[in-house]
Amino acid sequence: MPVRVQAEDFDLTREIAALRAVQGARNAKIGAIAAFIGTVRDLNEVEGEQRAVLQMTLEHYPGMTERALEKIVLDAKGRWNIFDALVIHRIGSLGPLDQIVLVVTIGAHRGEAFAACEFIMDYLKTQAPFWKKEATPAGARWVEARAGDDSAAARWEPAVKP
Amino acid sequence: MTIKLLFFAGLREAVGRSSEALALPPGVADVGALRAHLAARGGVWAEHFAPARNLRAAVNQDMANAGVAVRSGDEVAFFPPVTGG
Repeated sequence: MPVRVQAEDFDLTREIAALRAVQGARNAKIGAIAAFIGTVRDLNEVEGEQRAVLQMTLEHYPGMTERALEKIVLDAKGRWNIFDALVIHRIGSLGPLDQIVLVVTIGAHRGEAFAACEFIMDYLKTQAPFWKKEATPAGARWVEARAGDDSAAARWEPAVKP
Repeated sequence: MTIKLLFFAGLREAVGRSSEALALPPGVADVGALRAHLAARGGVWAEHFAPARNLRAAVNQDMANAGVAVRSGDEVAFFPPVTGG
């Protein structure tokens, strides 16, 4: 159950290969690998207005962040029949087009792999202690949490196996 | 009888520090009471720890609501709602 918080970029192909290797490189029980990559956009909506984003800085709570991500992955494994999951979240200075977050889930079937992947992202958005500060032409601003992120996470409650 | 306080993101900038050691004040036994104690410092503290502010807390690195107990030796963090991903 690898969880990593790092400044460095990541490579999807290499990460999937490593995750499969943990299960045994020739494990033919795996039938589904779902991956989500979040990337930095060059604009953001603030109070309904589109604002340019030049660069962003990711702050986190060392220790708690890893702990929170591990709890989210454990929760996902309790809800769906997946073999393993990987979460990588970058910190520090990032620019438009940069990769920011990676979630990979592997299992026997696509339904559970897709659902677990989406669940991990939704929970990460509201439970993992990361904060974005954007540099815009009008100055730097802390990104405000979106109500939509809370409702996205809330639709997975209560913890029942589908 | 001290706790370690941590502040993150916009709150860290507003109060001008990322951490401090605090002697646990008498009568402060949970997150809600600690938040009220910090608000009572006045100035930026009163502004940013006001009840109307959307603030989150963690005790010993677990998300905590106002009713979660705070004891000597604990690490208590306050921060704005998270915005990762």
